[in-house]
Amino acid sequence: MANFTPVSAAIGGALIGLSAVLLMLLLGRIAGISGIVGECLSAGSDRGWRLAFLIGLVAAPLLATLAGFGPASPLMPASFGVIAVSGLLVGFGTRMASGCTSGHGICGIARLSPRSIVATAVFMAAAIAVVFVTRHVVGA
Amino acid sequence: MRDALVGLLCGLVFGFGLLISGMMQPAKVLGFLDLFGGAWDPSLAVVMAAALVVAWPGFAIARRHGQPLIAARSVWPTASAIDRPLVIGAALFGIGWGLVGLCPGPAIENLATGSGRVLVFVAAMIAGMLLQQAWQRRTGPPARALAAVVDG
Repeated sequence: MANFTPVSAAIGGALIGLSAVLLMLLLGRIAGISGIVGECLSAGSDRGWRLAFLIGLVAAPLLATLAGFGPASPLMPASFGVIAVSGLLVGFGTRMASGCTSGHGICGIARLSPRSIVATAVFMAAAIAVVFVTRHVVGA
Repeated sequence: MRDALVGLLCGLVFGFGLLISGMMQPAKVLGFLDLFGGAWDPSLAVVMAAALVVAWPGFAIARRHGQPLIAARSVWPTASAIDRPLVIGAALFGIGWGLVGLCPGPAIENLATGSGRVLVFVAAMIAGMLLQQAWQRRTGPPARALAAVVDG
């Protein structure tokens, strides 16, 4: 567990929870990223706060870079083909399941929603299985 | 206007949370998902636990409070069925997540790094979302799903 970073993980996680609580207390909305992106794509109303949320999400690392603690480049050794398939599955799957790591994994579990607990268990198990196969069966 | 300011603030806090937690880095996420690699990194579990420790009581307070401070009403998810779209959708998402280590939040946020690979991922993710939308419109959603507010 040489890469384990419990302190920064706890601070960052608490901020993610705080964001979800603020959005609910102030605007009465769920901080689910796939829903926010997906609803931005459909022609409905209420796009304003969603677009602003996504702008804030991208602005955070840019501000952090100015302050000297910006993110490292994302390590994505997969081929462009695999990356495209992965993106398609993430987009299609999260909208089909009406939620992702944030909407189900954090907001849904915090609401004690059995639906979200099942969704989280399923996407975690599927992801763990895929990593096992790609790293230890095919890539071994 | 106030709606947009709240959105911006919450997006910033969420973004700093993902950045500080290390979850912007797909390699770190895969380090959590790789249970059997001998170098397991439990950080993602700590991120989720810390988020829940804040969000669980926070949501309870918001629910008791009733009306949100700025909007006219709260939009709590009402869907409760554990149905095929939920399970199949979550499985497809999980497969995609395991292939690269990006889920929607970190994917969007990583656009800030200017990475071409992230750009391809996000373009494909948006295509997948539009495809799902078109597919759902064609097959016609069940009345129950129409009536229910989705989860996130």
